[in-house]
Amino acid sequence: MSQNQPTPEERGHEWRSRFPTVNYLNADYGIKSWLLTKDHKRIALLYLLSVTFFFALGGAYAAAIRMELLTPQGDLMQSHTYNKVFTHHGILMVFFFLIPAIPAVLGNFLVPLMIGAKDLAFPRINLLSWYVYMVGAVLTFAALLAGGVDTGWTFYVPFSSSYSNTYVILAGLGIFINGFSSILTGLNFIVTVHTMRAPGMTWFRLPLFIWSHYATSLIMILGTPVIAITVLLLALERLAHIGIFDPRLGGDPVLFQHMFWFYSHPAVYIMILPSMGVVSELIATHTRKPIFGYSFVAFSSLAIAVFGFLVWGHHLFTSSQSVYAGMIFSIISYIVAIPSAVKVFNWTATMYKGSLSYDTPMLYAYAFVGLFLIGGMTGLFLSALGLDIHVHDTYFVVAHFHYVMVGGTVMGYLGGLHNWWPKITGRMYPEGWARFAALVIFVGFNLTFFPQFLLGYMGMPRRYHAYPVDEPLWQVLHVASTGGASILGIGLLIPGIYFIWAMRYGRFASANPWPGTGLEWRTPSPPPTENFVTTPVVTWEAYEFRPIEEMAVVGPGEPDQPVGGQHPINRDAEPEPRA
Amino acid sequence: MSLILAMFLAQVTVPFAPEQASTFAPEVDALYGYLWVLTTFVTLAITALIIFFAVKYRRRQATELPRPRAGSMVLELTWTIIPLLISMTIFVWGVSIYFRIYRAPHEAMEVFVVGKQWMWKFQHQTGQREINELHVPVGARVRLTMTTEDVIHSFYVPAFRVKMDVVPGRYTQTWFEATKAGRYYMFCAEYCGTNHSGMGGYVEVMEPAAYQQWLAGGTGAESAASQGRKLFQDRGCASCHQADPGGQQGRGPTLWGLFGKQQAIQGGGTVTVDESYLRESILNPQAKLAEGFQPIMPTYQGQLSEEQVLQLIAFIRSLGTGTQQSIQGGGGGTGSQRGGPGEGGGAVTTTGQSPDIQRSNPIGPTQPRPSQGGGAPASTGSGGARTPAGTNPQPPRNP
Repeated sequence: MSQNQPTPEERGHEWRSRFPTVNYLNADYGIKSWLLTKDHKRIALLYLLSVTFFFALGGAYAAAIRMELLTPQGDLMQSHTYNKVFTHHGILMVFFFLIPAIPAVLGNFLVPLMIGAKDLAFPRINLLSWYVYMVGAVLTFAALLAGGVDTGWTFYVPFSSSYSNTYVILAGLGIFINGFSSILTGLNFIVTVHTMRAPGMTWFRLPLFIWSHYATSLIMILGTPVIAITVLLLALERLAHIGIFDPRLGGDPVLFQHMFWFYSHPAVYIMILPSMGVVSELIATHTRKPIFGYSFVAFSSLAIAVFGFLVWGHHLFTSSQSVYAGMIFSIISYIVAIPSAVKVFNWTATMYKGSLSYDTPMLYAYAFVGLFLIGGMTGLFLSALGLDIHVHDTYFVVAHFHYVMVGGTVMGYLGGLHNWWPKITGRMYPEGWARFAALVIFVGFNLTFFPQFLLGYMGMPRRYHAYPVDEPLWQVLHVASTGGASILGIGLLIPGIYFIWAMRYGRFASANPWPGTGLEWRTPSPPPTENFVTTPVVTWEAYEFRPIEEMAVVGPGEPDQPVGGQHPINRDAEPEPRA
Repeated sequence: MSLILAMFLAQVTVPFAPEQASTFAPEVDALYGYLWVLTTFVTLAITALIIFFAVKYRRRQATELPRPRAGSMVLELTWTIIPLLISMTIFVWGVSIYFRIYRAPHEAMEVFVVGKQWMWKFQHQTGQREINELHVPVGARVRLTMTTEDVIHSFYVPAFRVKMDVVPGRYTQTWFEATKAGRYYMFCAEYCGTNHSGMGGYVEVMEPAAYQQWLAGGTGAESAASQGRKLFQDRGCASCHQADPGGQQGRGPTLWGLFGKQQAIQGGGTVTVDESYLRESILNPQAKLAEGFQPIMPTYQGQLSEEQVLQLIAFIRSLGTGTQQSIQGGGGGTGSQRGGPGEGGGAVTTTGQSPDIQRSNPIGPTQPRPSQGGGAPASTGSGGARTPAGTNPQPPRNP
């Protein structure tokens, strides 16, 4: 070892010296301390790294799709390649980014903190769920590297079972295994919320973030086994031709669609419910008001989880299911829209006579409400039976679910990351850049996806490598969409850069920078490994805003182990000029 | 009142929509317009409120604490019930259109559609076959009976606002009535593999006169039912199944007058003899065995193409139903209750796919062919058959 290289001890000291106190980040160091950690906060960061990687990769595939569609001819890549590209985009984004993003990163970090627990109920299972996720991700990633999959993320039979010559089973195996990670996380959350709430933390004092994660966890443990069975049957069909789905062997190809959507529609709520939880927190914190109609917002999450299981057939309005089945699924789809609408109205009402900030997390919350509204309202178009016949499987659907998934889930995720970044890393992100990035993302997003509503109604089918050359308007809209995607891509890079920058150079964050009312703000930033110095006793209602002095850190509030004579714990390292 | 509303709705056009070329198009566009009005109103209202609040109640002091407010049951009920009622109007409207599109009328000109990676094959009852092009007259109700030889496809004509999945192993149906002559895109909307985006073509809607001319063009084709009769002889079906009126019962059920009947099946219950039951009985005879017969029929799975099965069904249907007797002519011309067309006689012609036909695809680097006038036989390969005017199933109506 050369003289210049620091020893592990020195590196550890250097790492520790970045923070004024001992906390979960510098309590231990070295790669092993991360890979074998049982701390929910560290596991959340492991997830953060992994999902960010797959988000970036999925985004790269999206860029390839948008480049191809600049011109009507399929001239950038071959059809077969294009089919793989949109399949990879879908699989990575849905299974390896959207589903785990908020629960496994923010949920993992915040659920124990918010309820006043030291960790999740099963810390080892929590670590296991990350490893299971990684095994699934690596297998699917291997399938992509080996040559890819061209079935679309929906894997419809008999194309996927008998016709596709790509790595369907390997990719499916990855998704199958990844499902167990979801189940383990959901189980952990449910048990934790039931058994580990701090004294005084009654169900109706829980932050709405917890309610929405509880509802999400229910869907995870009830729905995910079905996708596992479906993927397993698909593999058996492909390998052994057992005849579940193949009509030549007496099977039913539409059965696959029923089974697939029985999970995959509730999975949409796995993606959006946690984001709704985040937005409830953001709006309460940044208006300094309790969420209007707390219990309606809380129960609407459960209503969505229950009714979400009864609407899968609205993906099959043109799949030859009976007209009466279509009617039932249509009417329940309208009913499931109501709890989402109730949330939007309650959030808006919360802002009335509040103290509204323009901090970045709140900007994302504003964006979420507007974009989710459009995403949700266009869902009503798709639930209207006679209209769905025309827009089904067109770009209208593509635009709709991107408004929900990107406009909803990603906006909530980004807002949440900004909101809790000070808690997670102990440092503030640069507010100016963050507001700028939020604006760029908002503009880029709308420019990307709004034209797709119009394209879809004009008849552009989804998953098309090329489109008619004699429709100039189609190309104009596609060019607009690609332009928007470029702006969106740049917008998403900016937080990637400043978050990394802020980990080292950001201002030190106080324990409660916004301030918020949740228990997570009543422990130092970043929190110690055990989360709280002493177990908090909750004597206040949810979102009960008080003067900052009354929302101090629970416990003695003195540093347990000051490092190198730096700033005393729990004080602002620097005064924070905030708008 | 509702008539006025219907007349008003028929006038509705929305921007960024394909041409309205079927009776469904104005109805679907009207619902679409209604939903955009609702969406715009709600989105603007909420957005305006948020912006107004964000400005009016912006934080003025770092330490300010607004007065907390509990919820309001009245408000909660209001914004639960009103959206629910509004969404029920959408639901009812959507259902009414859906039922019309999904209930294909009996009195219609039928076209068999077989999807295949990556082309659409059509067969008219009069025998004409087409690939990636479908010629239909203005003002006629056209019912499509569809299946596929391989994966799931979806037949989609944006100008008609009609889409229906085409599923292997079963028949699906949809229908339309074109209102405007022209050439409209036809797409495959369900992802079906490598050349999915190339699986498309045109529906050519023609004025009735031009359509008759188109039918008469070409060298004469055999009707679907007549081709089915030939298969019936060649494949030895006739050795067990009686197809003539009054003939002796064979080892299998008599086919004369069978179509549309209620057939008792072994193990109890009855089935309606329709296209799906006939298809199943040809490909998987043991599935629903007719009462009183031995399970001796071999399967024809893999021995008949989907198109041949459809021809056999057309033949069986041409044998009339239990309620209506048909006349069997020398050339095999028969009628059927469900609007099956008369058969044309003439030489057996098989239709191949010519490279010309393959190129009628709207998408891709190749420029689409210039629109053809009425009566272009090139796209049918084998041209039309003579259709006795009296047995024409669907006298084209002017819109």
